[in-house]
Parts: sequence; structure tokens; C-alpha cells
Amino acid sequence: MATIDHSTTFLLGRLNWSAVPTDPIVLVTFVVVAIGGAAALGALTYYRLWGYLWKEWFTSVDHKKIGIMYIILAIIMLVRGFADAVMMRIQQVWAFNGSEGYLNAHHYDQIFTAHGVIMIFFVAMPFVTGLMNYVVPLQIGARDVSFPFLNNFSFWMTVGGAVLVMASLFVGEFAQTGWLAFPPLSGLGYSPWVGVDYYIWGLQVAGVGTTLSGINLLVTIIKMRAPGMTLMRMPVFTWTSLCTNILIVASFPVLTMTLILLTLDRYVGTNFFTSELGGNSMMYINLIWIWGHPEVYILILPLFGVFSEVTSTFCGKRLFGYSSMVYATVCITVLSYIVWLHHFFTMGSGASVNAFFGITTMIISVPTGAKIFNWLFTMYQGRVRYDLPMMWTVAFMLTFTVGGMTGVLLAVPPADFVLHNSLFLIAHFHNVIIGGVLFGCFAAIAYWWPKAFGFKLNVFWGKVSFWCWVVGFWAAFMPLYVLGLMGVTRRMRVFDDPDLRIWFIIAALGAALIAMGIAAFFIQIGVSIWKRKENPDLSGDPWDGRTLEWATSSPPPAYNFAFTPVVHGLDAWAEMKQEGQKRPKAAFMPIHMPRYTGTGVILAGLSTVCGFALVWYIWWLAALSFLGIIVVAIAHTFNYDRDYYVPVEEVSAVEGERDLQLAKLGA
Amino acid sequence: MSTTAHPSAAATSYWETEPHHHPEGASTSLGFWVYLMSDCLMFAVLFAVFGVLGQSYAAGPGPKVLFDLTLVAINTAFLLVSSITFGFAMLAMYEGRQSRMQVWLAITLFFGLAFLAVELYEFHHLIEVGAGPQRSAFLSSFFALVGTHGLHVTFGSIWLVTMMVQIHRKGLIPANQRRMNCLSMFWHFLDVIWIGVFTFVYLLGMI
Repeated sequence: MATIDHSTTFLLGRLNWSAVPTDPIVLVTFVVVAIGGAAALGALTYYRLWGYLWKEWFTSVDHKKIGIMYIILAIIMLVRGFADAVMMRIQQVWAFNGSEGYLNAHHYDQIFTAHGVIMIFFVAMPFVTGLMNYVVPLQIGARDVSFPFLNNFSFWMTVGGAVLVMASLFVGEFAQTGWLAFPPLSGLGYSPWVGVDYYIWGLQVAGVGTTLSGINLLVTIIKMRAPGMTLMRMPVFTWTSLCTNILIVASFPVLTMTLILLTLDRYVGTNFFTSELGGNSMMYINLIWIWGHPEVYILILPLFGVFSEVTSTFCGKRLFGYSSMVYATVCITVLSYIVWLHHFFTMGSGASVNAFFGITTMIISVPTGAKIFNWLFTMYQGRVRYDLPMMWTVAFMLTFTVGGMTGVLLAVPPADFVLHNSLFLIAHFHNVIIGGVLFGCFAAIAYWWPKAFGFKLNVFWGKVSFWCWVVGFWAAFMPLYVLGLMGVTRRMRVFDDPDLRIWFIIAALGAALIAMGIAAFFIQIGVSIWKRKENPDLSGDPWDGRTLEWATSSPPPAYNFAFTPVVHGLDAWAEMKQEGQKRPKAAFMPIHMPRYTGTGVILAGLSTVCGFALVWYIWWLAALSFLGIIVVAIAHTFNYDRDYYVPVEEVSAVEGERDLQLAKLGA
Repeated sequence: MSTTAHPSAAATSYWETEPHHHPEGASTSLGFWVYLMSDCLMFAVLFAVFGVLGQSYAAGPGPKVLFDLTLVAINTAFLLVSSITFGFAMLAMYEGRQSRMQVWLAITLFFGLAFLAVELYEFHHLIEVGAGPQRSAFLSSFFALVGTHGLHVTFGSIWLVTMMVQIHRKGLIPANQRRMNCLSMFWHFLDVIWIGVFTFVYLLGMI
């Protein structure tokens, strides 16, 4: 872009008026977002909700509230990421027969980069982290996570990263490099302005949160399980969460360090990934995929857990092959570290190296296949109830299996030389991410919503959303397989061959169906809240569940369980119900709980400011905010008074309400 | 379940009705270990990068020209001694001798700062002779690895001072003891990393 003013000043670094985009599309978006944002903020102020939000939500260390906030973040960012997807679909239908379409290259390249970054880091990750946060402590019979303050801080760091990525839309630009920012394209020579810097600092700020929340949940699962819950009695979702958090802790540091090295190349002028003075850009691609492949399993494993819970609950049976499910999960966890090179067979590592990684990749489909069979055998001779979570699960099994098989095709190095970076690859990973991760998230929302809010979701709009999503997905991505086989590469902005157009038109219609699915999802949420009195869940166990989260009320009290449950086998709650065990109704004790604190919000806010200052070379602000982070963090350690006891009166009042609820139900 | 059991006895076997206390901070030690291992992985990346780029001198100076092994040996000694003195501080803590512990912590801090001073001098010298991190991929990876370790020692020192103030204020309360255990692990961890740096970067570089 020729109009950028590259001069820098002390006060504002390289930030000046030329940073505000003049592109009409971005301007209109900005106006719409500004009006919408102002309206939202105005409404919050008008209804005097700020104090409530700050006291009850933003500063909360309650894992349930943090989990819900993560998922809200994920849904908001899903809309942004999907808007990017729609823009790409329209461009690719438009830009035929000599037309340039409506997006210039600079804008289009930002869109496909932002789409990938947002969907992985700010939709799928918060979704998964939110689910684990909400469900895991309940499933293991704990009152909170091991480090409640850290949990709040992690969440706000993720928000900080999202804020930086969103800011790039209106102030400056985003990276035009693709979602992994390969050098030398992402180096200073080819990406001189702020796009890649937004990418780096957005991911770094969010990455701190992800790593810390990984440590937190890992320790929680190891240390906080209810008495009697041995590892092989943990619910499958908890198992998959454990493996996911091990993967997070053992892979995100690699991403962090790789991005630091890229930062040094861009800010200090080092030569890690440059094409001169000994730099090696292929090293970046190796390093980033050493993180990137485990990341794939970080996303999908928890959803495998969701599908396991849903299948066994809605078939009214214990999960078929529990142990094999656990071992399959652990196998995938280990194997996910030795397949990374399949992302760049074409790099030319030689036949033996490619063969090794091709074979490991094919092996990893074995434990995954074992899981599919376990779910099928759980359904076999079960009394299957096709409620919404189960519908999503069946859709997943059909869709994901196809995606898995195209993955095995890509794992064959000679085939990959033909299909590498083609739309076939795009179709493959959307097939597993949408068909696996996203369908799983929708299954999880339908499944645990009543637990979180005390009423069920509207079924009609849920079904509308389901069919639009599933049919829309198939319509949107099957054409990309065809196009990929015909040799169309990814990230193309204009096309010459008019014969390709029909496939892009079908894909765009699929995207339109998905848009209707998203709309129906929001309507479903709205209608469910509006008519919440019609679908209450008084029992706390609306699906006849099997695991401990269903043993407490919906929504659960802040302390989750007045008495810690004692576990004697798999599916602890199913056993309690079978034995006719009711929770004790007297002799309550004061409950030890962590205090809320605003420090996490402040630290994350300072980190975001620091990231923004570094993007724009506003060095004084970066130094000041970094100093602020250190001072606030140290000051926080001087506060030793971090917990309190919920008095017995309060516990017995809450539990008394619960008795009334159950009595109303006639239980 | 036996049908003859007293109902309340049956209930207790499914719900914990006796008050029990999770000892405060029971998870801290495991959590800190896991954090250290994730930190270790960052160093693993830096070591791997050095392994790939460590010979890429780009016609610039190599380790034999640049490194002053005597100086680095002295520096290594500073850091190793600081680990021992930290150990003495921990022993004093277990004996409940607070002022003795503070003295050992101060000595540890002195050695830590001495280490940083020598490292800064070395960096300054390298940059002055035109062997800054921009000169070659070898020097980029050298500065990144050694510098990251140095930054860790810096933050360890800030943490150490903070701890000294907190112990001065609150004494050896359990919370402070727990924090000292974490800091101790952190400090020894940096020692272990440095032994790797000394061996793979400096000693192997001189061969």
C-alpha cells in the first residue's frame, strides 16, 4: 500500500492517520461495529450492569463463570471468523472471466490469514478451554481448579490476544502471510508494516493464557479428584482433557519460542529465519509444526471426550471399551508428536524421512478408528435417544470419518506431492475441524447448557441449526475436494478457468446454509432464554446422566458440592442413582473458597497495551506497561488473604432451596 | 451395599461428611514443576536452534575467536556457588533460622548479580568487536540462548528480592515457605540449564 506514512515519532511510534484504513468495506464494517459496540456499551451503562459484571463475572475465579466467559468469547469470534469465510467465498465466485472480484490482494490476503488465526486460536481454543474449565472440576467432584486466580488471568490474556487481532482490522493491517506466518514472507523484507506484528503479539498474549490454563487444568485433574476416583475411574471427558492439557503444556512453549525468534528477526535484526547470513527459514516451518500438529489434537481430543459422554448417556449404557478409549487417547497424545513433518513432505527431506512420517501418520488413524468403533458399539443394542447432543454426535461420526480418510490419503507422500497446498487439503482439515471440533462444541453446548443455566435449549431451533450446519458443511466443502483434485491451490484470489466456477458457486451456497445455521443457533439461544420457564431443569440431571456433574443442582452452587462425593467405580453418578443414594441434607460445614480478584483483568489489560505499543514501536508505552505488569504482579503476591469460608448458614440455605426444587419435582 | 448397614453409614460411603482439609497449596509444587518443564521446553527449542545454526558463521567470527573460556568458567562458578548458597538458605529455613536464611539469600543474590554482570560484560564486548546478534545465524542463536538464560536469572533475582522482603515482613509462614520451595527449584533449574549452555555452547565451541 503506497499511502502508508512510514515515519515514526517518539510519542506514537509509527502510528499515524495513514493507519486508519480507507477501504470502503473496512470503513463500513468499522461503522457497523462502532455503532453496535456503542449500543452494547450504552445498554450496559443504562441498565447499570457494569458493577454487576465486574463483581460477579470479570473478577470471578469461579471455574464455571470463567468457562462460560470463554465460550462467549469463542462464539463472538466465530461470527468474526465466519464473516471472513463468507467474504472469501463471495470473492472466489466473483473473480472469474477477467474480473478482479471486490477484494484487492492486500485485503484478501489479510482475510484468509485472519480467518485461520481467529478460527483456531480464538474460536476453537476458547471453546475447548471453556468446556474443560466448566466441566472438569464438576466431573471430578472438586470445588474449583487448583489455581483459581491463574484461571481468571488466563482467560483475560486470551481476551487480550483477541482484542489485538480485532484492533488490527481498524488500526493498521493484519498479516498477509497465512495463519502460520512462514518466513521469509513474514520477515521484515516482505512484510514491512504492522500486520505480522499484530499476529505475533496477539498470539503471544493469548499463548501465555493458554499455557497457564494448561498447567492449571493438568494439575487440577491430577490433584483434585474426589476420593476414590482413580485414574481408570475418571470420566472419558476428564481423560481427554488431561491428555489435551499435557499436549498444551508440552507444545505451546515451542510456539512461544518460535514466535520470539521471529520477533527477534523482525525487531532486532537477527538471522534465524532470514535468507541471509546463515538463517534457515525451513527451521521455522519445522518448529511451528512441532507445535502445530499436537495443536490439532489439543482441539479434537476434548471433543472426543464429549462424544463419549454423549453416546453413553443417550444410549443409556456404560461406554463400550472404556479402557481401550483411554489407551487410544493416550496413544494419540504420544503419536501426535511424531507426525509433524507430514505438513511439508514437499520440503524435500528425502524418501526415508517422508516414509517415516507418512507411516506414523497412518498409524495415528488406528487409535482414532478404535474410538469410532467404541462409539458405534456403545450405540449397538442401546436405547438411543436422538436428542440434540446425540444428533450432533451421529453427524460427527459420519462426517469425521470421511475427513479422517482423506487425511490418510494425504499421509501418503507421493499423493501429497500432488495434493499439497491444494483445496483438497483445505477440504480435509475443514472436514475434521468443523465435523469434529465444531460439531462437538455444539453437542457439548446442547448437552451441558441445562447444567450451566438451569433450563434446556429449544429443540426446534436447535434442529434447524443442526440441519443447516450439517447440510451446509457438506455443500460447502465437498466441492473443494473436487477442485483440489483438479489442482486448484489454496489462497487464490482470481481464477482463469471458467469451468471451475460452478464448484465455487456450490461452495458459496453451502456457506449460505451455514450462515442460516449460525443464525438459527442464535435464535435458539434467544428463544430458550425467553421461554426458559417452559423448559426448566429442576432435577439437575435432565438427561439421566452418568457422571458427577449431574449429581448437583442446575446451575450448581458456587461451591459445586456441599459434600464431596466418594467414588466407587466408573460412572459414579449412575451408581449412586442405582444404589438409591441421596445427598446428605444436614450437618453442613463451612466451605473453603477462593476470593475474587481484579488483578487478572489488570495484568491482561497491561499486557494488551504492551502488545499494542510493541506493534506500533511506541517504546515508552511498551516499557511503561511492561513495568506495570511486573509491579502489579509483585504487588499481588503481597496479598496473602486470598480465601474465605462460606458460612454454614449460607450453605444450608442454598441446599434448602435445592430440597424445595427436588420436592417440586416430586423426587 | 449391605442392606443391614445403618442409613447414615451408607450415606457416608458416597459423600464425605467429615470435614477434611486440603492442605493449602497442595498443588503448588506439582504446578510449579509442570511450569518448569514447559520452560525447559523453551530452552530445548533454543538448544535445537543452536544445534542447527551453531555452525552458520556467515564468514564472521566463530566461537574460538570470540569466547574467553576463563571468563565463562568464572561465571559458571558464580552460578554454581549461588546454587549451593541457595541450598544453605533452604537448610536454614527448615531449621527455622530466619536471619541466617536472609544472609544466605543475600549471598545468593550477590552471586546471581555477579553472574549477570559478567554476562553483560561479555555481551558488550562481543557487540563492540562487531559480533552482535545480527552478524550471523550462529551469533543470533548464541545471543538468544544465553540471553534467555540471563533474563531468567534477572527475573529470579527480582523474585529473590521480593521473597526477602516478604520473609522480612511475614516471617517463615507456610505460604512463604512454599514460595521459597518454588524459587529454589527455579534457581536450581537455571543452574542445570547453564550447565547445558556451558557444555554445548562454550566447551564444544572451543573444540
